[in-house]
Amino acid sequence: MITIIDYGLGNIQAFLNIYKKLHIPVQVAKSENDLEGASKLILPGVGHFDYAMQRFNDSGMRGEVESLVLQNNVPVLGVCVGMQIMANSSEEGVESGLGWIGGTIKSLESIVKVGNNLPLPHMGWNSVTPNHKDLFNNIDSGDLEFYFLHSYYFDCTSQENCIASTDYSSNFCCAVNNKNIFGVQFHPEKSHHFGVNLLKNFAELGVC
Amino acid sequence: MLRSRVIPCLLVQDGGLVKTVKFKDSKYVGDPINAVRIFNEKEADELIVLDIDASVNNAEPDYKMIEHLAKECRMPLCYGGGIKTLAHAEKIVTLGVEKVALSSVVFDQPSLIVEIANKIGRQSVVVVLDVKKKTLSSNYNVWTLNGRHNMKKNVVDVIQQVQNLGVGEIILNFIDFDGTEAGYPVKVIQQLKSDIEVPLTIMGGAKSLEDMGGAVEQCGLMGVAAGSLFVFKGKYRAVLINYPERQQKEEFIYGK
Repeated sequence: MITIIDYGLGNIQAFLNIYKKLHIPVQVAKSENDLEGASKLILPGVGHFDYAMQRFNDSGMRGEVESLVLQNNVPVLGVCVGMQIMANSSEEGVESGLGWIGGTIKSLESIVKVGNNLPLPHMGWNSVTPNHKDLFNNIDSGDLEFYFLHSYYFDCTSQENCIASTDYSSNFCCAVNNKNIFGVQFHPEKSHHFGVNLLKNFAELGVC
Repeated sequence: MLRSRVIPCLLVQDGGLVKTVKFKDSKYVGDPINAVRIFNEKEADELIVLDIDASVNNAEPDYKMIEHLAKECRMPLCYGGGIKTLAHAEKIVTLGVEKVALSSVVFDQPSLIVEIANKIGRQSVVVVLDVKKKTLSSNYNVWTLNGRHNMKKNVVDVIQQVQNLGVGEIILNFIDFDGTEAGYPVKVIQQLKSDIEVPLTIMGGAKSLEDMGGAVEQCGLMGVAAGSLFVFKGKYRAVLINYPERQQKEEFIYGK
């Protein structure tokens, strides 16, 4: 069953609502025991990198989640900070990341010349150019748009791990993938039909 | 390309949805959850919900109501009203709200912006500034507590201050334009925006999508928010929750 990891960050209910509407079975895990029977994992998040890492570490679920993801190859989708903590580290904080996908979380200030028409945080609806079939399947790429709310981005060590990009005066990577591990910077749970399709695609992904 | 955001702003009072004129004469316009459902169907870009009673009554945020709203809301949600501490903000974020809006509290304890930004991230910290033109001056002052209290601070200085503290978005709410449908005060917005390097959302006065498009055309990328425009219809101001179709946003706003 699709299992949403509730470590106190992100809009758990929004994911639940979408999957319930799609008639796809879904559950929420608040502790290690709740992770039993998880065939897909969602790691949501809103907030500061260090705060997210601390909360995930303190949740008591990290060990079991890592063994599901890294040993049993259970597909996982990280969202926003839930994706960022999959990197090795972040310029936003001092905590170590999970290191599931090689890379560093960098400030958009390093690639965007901030001003009154290029404000930071990068906030709102922006187009996404995907190069991954499965996750973005059946989504009209002509006007593919998602809601963003962030100041940092995933700088992948290997460009092969970048599966979509977004233009904000510079192109940055907005979705990552390494085998069974997926992450998106934008918020599919708050991106209306575009997001619903992406979450449906994730639910229908074959086990890698 | 990043698009300007077209945002309904809902005011809540006694658990009901209201609309004011110049921050006064609040008129009951319906049930907030029902409005959220309609904006879901219309795929609104974002939603702002402000509890206009909370700070005036010195009350804590109504978490039950916020939880209901967040559960129902399929678009990004910004909540403001009664947030006085980091714990309040954290609790609201865990209920599933993307952005928390602060207002009068930033004058009593400016450091709260820093504290919240360090925990939940700068992108989720919004400051709402209710502003009003000074008599016999072109300057705008910031007012608090539903436009009852003049802080006697120039908005230009306050904008600088909250930006330095690490705010993630500034919402400028023009008190004298609220509910008037007289159009946004575009010239002032243009001037103020030149010093703003975080996302800006403007509110107060919009009567049509053309107003929104005009503001975007003259001021650049922005959030354009409105109350009356999205809750009333026609010259008799009959209550009808509405939101433009995507093609209309493209025609009147995005291309500008």
